[in-house]
Amino acid sequence: MTRLLRFPGTAGRFFLSLSLAGRIGLCISAFWIFVAIFGSWMAPYGATEFADGQVLGPLSLAYPLGTDYLGRDLLSRILYGARYSIGLALVSTLLASACGTLLALISTVVGKWFDEGLSRLVDAMLILPSKILALLMVAIYGSSLPVLILTAAVTYMPGAYRIARSQAVGLNAMEYVTVSRLNGESNLYIACRDILPNMIHPMMADFGLRFVYTVLMLSGLSFLGLGVQPPNADWGSLVRENLSGLSSGAPAVIMPAVAIATLTIGATLFIDSLAARKRQAGGE
Amino acid sequence: MSFLVLSMIARRVGIGLVTLFIVCALVFFMSSLLPGDAAQMALGQAATPETVAALRKQLGLDEPAVLRFFIWLGNLVTGDFGISYAGGIPVYDIVMPRIPNSLMLAAAATATSVPIALVLGVVCAIYRGTRLDRTIGVVTMFVVAVPEFLVATLAVLVFAVKLHWMSALSLGADTSTVVGFFKAYGLPVLTLCCVVVAQMARMTRAALINQLDAPYVEMAVLKGLRPTRIVLRHAIPNAVGPIVNAMALSLSYLLGGVVIVETIFSYPGLASTLVDAVSNRDLPVVQFCVLFFSACYLLLLLIADICTILFNPRLRSS
Repeated sequence: MTRLLRFPGTAGRFFLSLSLAGRIGLCISAFWIFVAIFGSWMAPYGATEFADGQVLGPLSLAYPLGTDYLGRDLLSRILYGARYSIGLALVSTLLASACGTLLALISTVVGKWFDEGLSRLVDAMLILPSKILALLMVAIYGSSLPVLILTAAVTYMPGAYRIARSQAVGLNAMEYVTVSRLNGESNLYIACRDILPNMIHPMMADFGLRFVYTVLMLSGLSFLGLGVQPPNADWGSLVRENLSGLSSGAPAVIMPAVAIATLTIGATLFIDSLAARKRQAGGE
Repeated sequence: MSFLVLSMIARRVGIGLVTLFIVCALVFFMSSLLPGDAAQMALGQAATPETVAALRKQLGLDEPAVLRFFIWLGNLVTGDFGISYAGGIPVYDIVMPRIPNSLMLAAAATATSVPIALVLGVVCAIYRGTRLDRTIGVVTMFVVAVPEFLVATLAVLVFAVKLHWMSALSLGADTSTVVGFFKAYGLPVLTLCCVVVAQMARMTRAALINQLDAPYVEMAVLKGLRPTRIVLRHAIPNAVGPIVNAMALSLSYLLGGVVIVETIFSYPGLASTLVDAVSNRDLPVVQFCVLFFSACYLLLLLIADICTILFNPRLRSS
């Protein structure tokens, strides 16, 4: 499986093994990641460039997605915003999944009081609904970009830890780990060589779902005006700042929200089809 | 009720209380990690080392953190929620008039979404694999993946701007008549329901299908029973526990959803107070709201747990 993406032949086969919905999802996700990286070069105008468009204007040739509440080109704003919406979510999800996996490995291998204490703490953190916990952190530490990343990571780490721990505990009880232990291998060896490689795949599927949640939460924060702060803008802040156009039905309100929706739906479709593919493989 | 059931319920309640205590500790110590403290914040620009020290002494901030935590906890339990930084009004006076509003919204959303979700979930499970099931599956997946504010803005655009059926603001609406009530609550409830119904229907379907794969259902099929009867008489009683759990988990989406919905529709509830307090960095109010929402969630999970125990026939007979 790890070799699948090495050369085009197997990548192509991987692509074909997905269902139609999965292929569409993968294409949409890939498209948005491409936009997040290269969006600033593709944008026809600067992110804060005041074009001569009308305020909250309709779709037109010069402004393909209309203009925002200050008459700026919305397409460019969305292209620039992609790196915040996707980049922030990607970094914080990576952080959450990596920390969750690491802590789960440690608590499985070390066990005893460390496991007990950490599990209690994580249970308590799971009781704090994710948006509420994020609001608490923003209230305390403000909403600079590093704090936002940390907030999302802390919010979604407990969930990742839960999943990773259940995986690791299951693997830890397998015979080959017992054999390793009897061989006198160190905890580090068992964690890194025996357990970790076998839990990478479930954790990657979990990573995808968690990424979707993170995108939704961060854009929700921005929508409340508590996320990415001006002059920077992610898609959530774009919806917020153009909200005055809602009563006239301006595209500036809907388009950024649609951008978020396509990203999250695309990612969900892709992950869903991965899970379905695995079920099929298991059933045969 | 047997001793076993009672002791299991008592155990769940005990675990819940311990969790609530840890949540309180988390909230308190996360806030006290703040660079600078309440005294500095309250004084703002006028802070000199002397005035800060004096106010700190007055607020009891010179005590060690653990001691302050227990004093704070004791105050919370006795109903003293502290003083808001903004205006020096007691937190109690700010939040108490708002809580019924939020509960009203949550109750309306729950009352609407639970029946719809149950029917959708059961129908999907009965007609598993058909076009109907797949369509509902795709639609609910889309709704779960879409941000709440998109649903809300679309709803406003269609029902308030284009059709003029409902008002886009709940604030100050007349709710004494039935029509007025629907006009004020229609859009917020609709938005909340979308997310909750989708989530709940998916989880209900999964819980029921889990039962439908069991051997005793195969037996019922072989006996020649109709699918409806198999689901309603045989599978559902066994799936009550998982379904109630699924409902509690989906209702937790309400807690996240109200934050967005109350803000969009300027609804005078607790969640919009929380958002305002966060942007003013009014920590006492934020702490209270966070604890309140967490306690609600904990209560939901507890009720679901107790239902699972009570509906478990193996425990009931013993």
